[in-house]
Amino acid sequence: MKKKLLLMIPLAVFFVLAGFFVVGLDRNPREIPSPLIGKPAPVFSLPDLSDPEKTIASQDFLGQVWLLNVWASWCVSCRSEHPLLVEFAKTGGVPIVGLNYKDKTVDAQLYLRRYGDPYVASAMDADGRVGIDYGVYGSPETFLIDKQGIIRYKQIGPINEKALRETIVPMIKELKQS
Amino acid sequence: MKRFLLACVIGFCCWGGMAVANEAVPTENDPVAQKRAMELAAKLRCLVCQNQSIAESDAELAVDLRQQVREQIAAGKSDRQIISFMTERYGDFVLYEPPMKLTTLLLWVGPLLLLVAGMMAMIFLLRGRNQAAEAAPLTEAERARAAALLEGRELPDRKGK
Repeated sequence: MKKKLLLMIPLAVFFVLAGFFVVGLDRNPREIPSPLIGKPAPVFSLPDLSDPEKTIASQDFLGQVWLLNVWASWCVSCRSEHPLLVEFAKTGGVPIVGLNYKDKTVDAQLYLRRYGDPYVASAMDADGRVGIDYGVYGSPETFLIDKQGIIRYKQIGPINEKALRETIVPMIKELKQS
Repeated sequence: MKRFLLACVIGFCCWGGMAVANEAVPTENDPVAQKRAMELAAKLRCLVCQNQSIAESDAELAVDLRQQVREQIAAGKSDRQIISFMTERYGDFVLYEPPMKLTTLLLWVGPLLLLVAGMMAMIFLLRGRNQAAEAAPLTEAERARAAALLEGRELPDRKGK
């Protein structure tokens, strides 16, 4: 009896390991949880893409719920979320601020003219320093920031309809009421 | 010949490693600061190509982060301050060596636990073996045959009976 139980140990170990592997299969190693969630959004003050004479500051949006979308004209997956952003800008009820990450001004302006401009304004982060402050490691990334300027959610990779409907919109509603 | 080949391989690897390390942080005037920057960069994981450190990676983000490390060293920041600058933005994931925390405890003590479990299993098994070997004294007939064999009165047969 005892021996039989001993013989079961490798089987048990196998099942535990297999369990871990099955869970691991479903995980995306590229989605690294941001330590910034629940923390104040890093402050920035950058030139405006549409008029580099003007500056856009993160403090301008205090008191409202807003989205900060990191994008670039060279970023292929940004283009896949772009139509959704254009649509959401009309119906979402929150300002979408662009963080134009490591881009050339002309390219970025052309991109918005061609594909539509969902942003209330785009801040030019030409050298990517503000991107580093926000822990950006691959665009597109989108931050949901509350009225007190606290980051509440980070979408890594393009926004899709599911994330928008199931996560972002309900959170916006909740944050607007508080 | 084999030795020569091995030496070649090792030499090549070292040379390759040095080339990468030198590329990672372009020469600065201050060799001490340069060494620090290289050591720090080797400890930080590149988030774009996750199996390389920012010292090894050619991704743009790695270039930018190396620049940050160099600038902060130049600004007189300590290693600890630079590491915490990185973890505040990118989380513990950016560190190759995870910090000791409640959530990483199993990671750190896991190998020790496995060692202890292995030793316990070994002791357990060896004890069981000793007990099994002790039993079964010889019968009278076996004793007589053993004596006959020892005195050479009987030849052992091939079957070992």
